[in-house]
Amino acid sequence: MTTAKTKTLATTGGQASATPVPRTSPRGSARTRRLGLTLLGWAIACLIFFPIFWMVLTGFKTEAAAIADPSLIFSPTLESYAAVQGRADYLKFALNSVVVAFGSTLAALLIAIPSAYSMAFLPTKRTKGTLLWMLSTKMLPPVGVLVPIYLLFRDVGLLDTRTGLVIVYTLMNLPIVVWMLYTFFKDLPKDILEAGRMDGASTLQEVVFLLLPLTLPGIASTGLLSVILSWNEAFWSLNLTSSKAAPLTAYIASFSSPEGLFWAKLSAASTMAIAPILVFGWLTQKQMVRGLTFGAVK
Amino acid sequence: MTKTRAAGRTVGGLRTLSLQAPAVTLLLLWMIVPLAMTVWFSLQRYNLLMPEMTGFAGLENYRYLFTDPALWTAMGNTLLLVGAVLVITVVGGTLLAVLFQQEFPGRGVARVLAISPFFVMPTVSALVWKNMMMHPSNGVLSWVAESFGLPAVDWFSSLPLTSIIIIVAWQWLPFALLILLTAIQSLDEDQVEAARMDGAGPVAIFFFITLPHLKRAISVVIMIEMIFLLTIFAEIFVTTSGGPGLATTNLAYLIYIQALLDFDVGMASAGGVIAIILANIVAIFLVRMVAKNLES
Repeated sequence: MTTAKTKTLATTGGQASATPVPRTSPRGSARTRRLGLTLLGWAIACLIFFPIFWMVLTGFKTEAAAIADPSLIFSPTLESYAAVQGRADYLKFALNSVVVAFGSTLAALLIAIPSAYSMAFLPTKRTKGTLLWMLSTKMLPPVGVLVPIYLLFRDVGLLDTRTGLVIVYTLMNLPIVVWMLYTFFKDLPKDILEAGRMDGASTLQEVVFLLLPLTLPGIASTGLLSVILSWNEAFWSLNLTSSKAAPLTAYIASFSSPEGLFWAKLSAASTMAIAPILVFGWLTQKQMVRGLTFGAVK
Repeated sequence: MTKTRAAGRTVGGLRTLSLQAPAVTLLLLWMIVPLAMTVWFSLQRYNLLMPEMTGFAGLENYRYLFTDPALWTAMGNTLLLVGAVLVITVVGGTLLAVLFQQEFPGRGVARVLAISPFFVMPTVSALVWKNMMMHPSNGVLSWVAESFGLPAVDWFSSLPLTSIIIIVAWQWLPFALLILLTAIQSLDEDQVEAARMDGAGPVAIFFFITLPHLKRAISVVIMIEMIFLLTIFAEIFVTTSGGPGLATTNLAYLIYIQALLDFDVGMASAGGVIAIILANIVAIFLVRMVAKNLES
């Protein structure tokens, strides 16, 4: 007891002599401050997350329980999930989402890798201008060009096709994918590629055997961001698809019609639609910031 | 050595061109073709329901649009929506970034929870808010209000635009938080410590050290949000369909109504041109700002 006391005294004394300015707040208030911070941080996090939590929870209720007064106590059931799963068309929409999101991501990566490679390793005077111009194409609001794209698609038979959506999403994400790859490629020491070139590697060999393996994490997170953006895209999917090629964004939107208002089923379907992307997002949040801010924020 | 380098450069120029060609060509087409078509259509009489009415209309579509009060309402709503969401997300995001930078138990999990809404697809978040949060009789918000003895609010009929703003802000606040939190992590701790030694309080540290440090990140957040917020569509489509009346119709939704519901291609295109001009006025300032940021 006494030893402990002297010890504390000794440490506080030591600290006081080490820091020229004495701490104004004693230990007790530091602890309250920490407790307050913890409570505040958690309260706000839970508040922001609440709608998602509530949606997941509602997915496990019966329709009657879902529409009743909000309650945390209920007997969970999988019947809504079974119902959604049982509807063959849910799988069709999910498949459309998968094909369109991954197809457009693959296409965007294939087009963007050579471009980002040359910008990062063979920069010219025009490189920065090209990058900024690419970014500026994102400023063109989709609504501004909805009519021509719709009519073009109608005339060439791309309306309500997966191919049509893949094309739009690829072009929509291309600037961001180029930027993101560019920021990852630029971080790679130039000497490594130089050494490969000295050993007589062609550009293709250089890219395939040196660049891609070395920047795989960066390419992966670029791909994930592109998948997330395509998966969640709603403007084009709602306007360019109807029954055949509609992805999950459009499927979920169909619940907004009065006859489609089944909260438990809506929640179950929504949970199934966002779960994979939510997990992707959690896993790649750090790298995603670099991509989303074009490397301007680290 | 110098020789190979010089040779490499000339070949490099060609290589650069051929390597960038696919991306540049596609983006060029993607930009110019629809843009030219929109401008062309906007000068035409072109209604899919009245195929006999064709021909050059001059600025007639624009004249109609500009004399139509709907355009001004939609423009006002667009700017109000963008402005309100930007203020909420930037101010809220900055404060939350400071909060989540502090050390507390479970901080990592709390952060992940707080940034989650950004990954939820807009149609899902709109429906969840509309049905389960803001429903006038069975929603969580009205239940909370009633348990405090307050009257329940019928969100979408009495506060339509506010409801949309809440939903959109909920989606984008986590984005601002994510970016600003990353930025704040690169803040020099020694500098903060030095300021504290000099007697600066937390408020002074926030305004004179944290905020200036976040300047670049904030400008990036504003730019990216602007790109997306100017064309908010799904949230309106799913919840209010632009109503009641025109209360929640923004420019994106107005063009959608004219193009795909009224089939008036000429009018819709004129609206599209206005949307493009509006976005570009914003973009001119923003791109310049980002370009400056990238140089430093």
